[in-house]
Amino acid sequence: MQEVVTSFGMQAAAAEIFLLTAICVILLVDVFLSDSKRWITYGLTLLTLAGSAFVTVKYAVDGRVTAFDGMFVADPMGDVLKLFSYGTVAVSLLYSHDYLKRNGLFRGEFFILALVALLGVMVMVSAGSLLTVYLGVELLSLSLYAMVAFDRDSGVAAESAMKYFVLGAISSGALLYGFSILYGVTGTLQLDELAVGVREVGAGNLGLVFGLAFVIVGIAFKFGAVPFHMWVPDVYHGAPTPVTLFIGSAPKIASFVLAIRVLAEGLDAMVASWQNMLIAISVASMIVGNVVAIAQTNLKRMLAYSTISHVGFILLGILAGTNDGYRAAMFYTLTYVIMAVGSFGMILLLSREGFEGDQLEDFKGLQRKSPWFAAMMMMLMFSTAGVPPFVGFWAKIAVLGAVVDVGLVWLAAVSVLLSVVAAFYYLRIIKLMYFDEPSDTYAIQADGTLRTVLSANGLAVLALGIFPSVLLDLCARVLP
Amino acid sequence: MSTITWPILSVLIWLPIAGGVAMLALGDRGIALGRWIALITTAVTFGISTLLWTNFDTTTASMQFVEERTWIPLFNSLYALGVDGFAMPLIVLTAFITPLVVIAGWTVIEKKPAQYYAAFLILEGLMIGVFAALDAMLFYVLWEAMLIPMFIIIGIWGGPRRVYATIKFFLYTFLGSVLMLVSLIYMYLQTCDAGQCSYMIADFQRLPLGLNEQLFIFVAFLAAFAVKVPMWPVHTWLPDAHVEAPTGGSVILAAIMLKMGGYGFLRFSLPITPDASDTLDWLVISLSLIAVVYIGFVALVQQDMKKLIAYSSIAHMGFVTLGSFLTFELMRVNSGDMTGAAMGIDGAMVQMISHGLISGAMFFCVGVLYDRVHSREISSYGGVVNTMPVFAAFMVLFAMANSGLPATSGFVGEFLVILASFRADFWYAFLAGLTLILGAAYTLWLVKRVVFGPVANHHVAELKDVNGRELLVLGVLAIAVLGLGLWPAPLLDVMRPTVENLVQQITVSKL
Repeated sequence: MQEVVTSFGMQAAAAEIFLLTAICVILLVDVFLSDSKRWITYGLTLLTLAGSAFVTVKYAVDGRVTAFDGMFVADPMGDVLKLFSYGTVAVSLLYSHDYLKRNGLFRGEFFILALVALLGVMVMVSAGSLLTVYLGVELLSLSLYAMVAFDRDSGVAAESAMKYFVLGAISSGALLYGFSILYGVTGTLQLDELAVGVREVGAGNLGLVFGLAFVIVGIAFKFGAVPFHMWVPDVYHGAPTPVTLFIGSAPKIASFVLAIRVLAEGLDAMVASWQNMLIAISVASMIVGNVVAIAQTNLKRMLAYSTISHVGFILLGILAGTNDGYRAAMFYTLTYVIMAVGSFGMILLLSREGFEGDQLEDFKGLQRKSPWFAAMMMMLMFSTAGVPPFVGFWAKIAVLGAVVDVGLVWLAAVSVLLSVVAAFYYLRIIKLMYFDEPSDTYAIQADGTLRTVLSANGLAVLALGIFPSVLLDLCARVLP
Repeated sequence: MSTITWPILSVLIWLPIAGGVAMLALGDRGIALGRWIALITTAVTFGISTLLWTNFDTTTASMQFVEERTWIPLFNSLYALGVDGFAMPLIVLTAFITPLVVIAGWTVIEKKPAQYYAAFLILEGLMIGVFAALDAMLFYVLWEAMLIPMFIIIGIWGGPRRVYATIKFFLYTFLGSVLMLVSLIYMYLQTCDAGQCSYMIADFQRLPLGLNEQLFIFVAFLAAFAVKVPMWPVHTWLPDAHVEAPTGGSVILAAIMLKMGGYGFLRFSLPITPDASDTLDWLVISLSLIAVVYIGFVALVQQDMKKLIAYSSIAHMGFVTLGSFLTFELMRVNSGDMTGAAMGIDGAMVQMISHGLISGAMFFCVGVLYDRVHSREISSYGGVVNTMPVFAAFMVLFAMANSGLPATSGFVGEFLVILASFRADFWYAFLAGLTLILGAAYTLWLVKRVVFGPVANHHVAELKDVNGRELLVLGVLAIAVLGLGLWPAPLLDVMRPTVENLVQQITVSKL
């Protein structure tokens, strides 16, 4: 009997175990490779991602399975999110390949850090206890700090890594402090027991609410929601573009799952308390994100503020506190990641030797140089703005539906009005690409992989916009 | 009964879009072939759309040529298409105008021609979809998606201030529509509470709603449709967009896109929120009358031909909203004056179709002059009749139609609405009737300054009269304008059951 349980535990975590093993292998192999053979690390990393996907699919679960004494949870939502994380990490690595090579960043550590960060995401996704959550958060965050500082000759990158690290450490502290209070009041770290414990103590318990406030601070920080957003623009701007791209991908899924596991599963009885906190955070994020984005001249920085506003939307879904809402938030997160990866991919597409391509001005007249990629960027921008028939629109619909359903019509109205503000700065990019003349004559130099994947990414935004059911039904299946 | 068994509406939507995608794939290098693709696609689309008319059952108000497929099961949203007496004429109008736009741009567009035609083709498909959608979510998707090609059209092929104009156009319309989206979602959730989740517009129309709910929904719809129509005071995007847009863009904007506002009122506002419409009809009626009178005066002082026609569009669209909302006043004052109410809505519909033809024609005329002289200023012209007699004849005809001369289509709609307003209140009719003076004043003064008089300058002296291509466009439009003016009965017949049904529907309170 004991053996069965143990082996079951291993199976539930098969993907994590596989990934960890592979990371060790790559780490060892990489040591013995000369710089000209670095592509082997790169190839192994991609193979690892494919292998993890295979393992995840093979050991996919139908219902909720716990392992390691409840510390670890495998459920369909987790499987889907993990698969999605592999995909986005793979795409972001494919996008980054060229840039890394050109800037002397094509080193084994980059890929290993990326995989460790991914492992952190997976641990968070499968967390069954507050401790596991924290473990995942730190695994992810520490890898990201290092990745931001990866270009060690860049002062800006070092500065933003420092900011990220200091603020991140404080927020992790807040999160941990909140967890400890929850533990103190309910006597458990296990999320399912916590849910029972909260009901026994009563959701109005002052200690619990006090702890919750700290937990919310931690979650809001990891999401990058106002007023804990200060790091987002600096880190997005300062980090090398591939790292920015990476931060915009899988870690967003992690933030979502952090909120779901802790708030929706552990503290569901306290929904009345965290709903109000999240309403304030969400509205503030949408206002600050959208309004400040207008003033930006750097695309990475603009997208950082746009992220903040999208986080506000994701939080709208979560704060509804219903399954519809969680599903909508999940759908929103996934579509946001698809769009964000594409947008940062466009910056990488434009970049070339000694040229970052991250200024808004750099997009001037892109339509002249490459009608195809201008069209891709246009679709990505319209989608991010939430204009149909692109998938970003459906994300907004899903979230608005959840919010209106719980009677917060005013909140829905505020958010759509703010999305009109957002439309302005996305339109500005389209204006630069389509209505202005190019300011230089350089042709796009990106390699075939980047071109192909980016095209697929852009077309996916349109295809999912016309047939949103593909992704919506998936979210509905794992979050019934 | 309709004998068409194939999905005609889907073909009407997707054929132009497919043509547009083909043009994009072909690119500017194959533009000689591309132009023909564009022309043939739009001409075939128009041909198919006439089948709608000939197979249309004029005895029923229910939807025809209905198609239904599941689209997004999770939201219970259907790919549902169908037409009634309101949608069908507008679809035919759309399919009629677009080939003319293609012909008008034949040699004129030199910058990125493939994309120019592609944008219009895709736009055509989306516009037909807006009129044919029976599912509110599908409607909204197409309604918003339509902004994208128009945004591009004005932005790339427009005049000097095109960027300002197109962003203003996009944001204005977007801002108007988002609140409509919230109210659509709200009504969807209401249908869920009633037991059957649905985004079908017909289900929304049956939905019982309290007065406060109706008022909020009505205001949200008003924001969306009033911007589109556009009604005073949210009209300011229109003169800018029109002035900067290329000729084809102006034509589509005036002839079809503005009609979507009027169509929205008839399809959504009136039947879904009849009590709120009843309560707030004074607001819409006053705004309409302000549009008719005040904007008429504004049009009088314009120096720019396109701006003048843009303002005249606003004034004429005032009749559409006036005719639609007179219904409630008529019900109240004349204790259920069904005939009058039907007359108002009839007038609104005829006005929409007729204004589509006339304003389109007027913009074509300006386009003809602009292509030659590259100026829209009225003062750059004078005595055009001396060098372009054929063109002058057409321009005078359309100007007469624009000022509502009997025997042109412009007369029918305005006359019906004025008749209906007489039944409601003398002063409404008086103010609305001012348009006959104002419309004649600004249009004929325009014609006098541009067409007649001595040859003003050497540009005018060097003008060549219309070529065969332009003659074709103007000729076809002239026939349509005169045809509808002399014999509007077929159009009224097509609409009658739908209009009567709508009047029935809105007289029943939802409270």
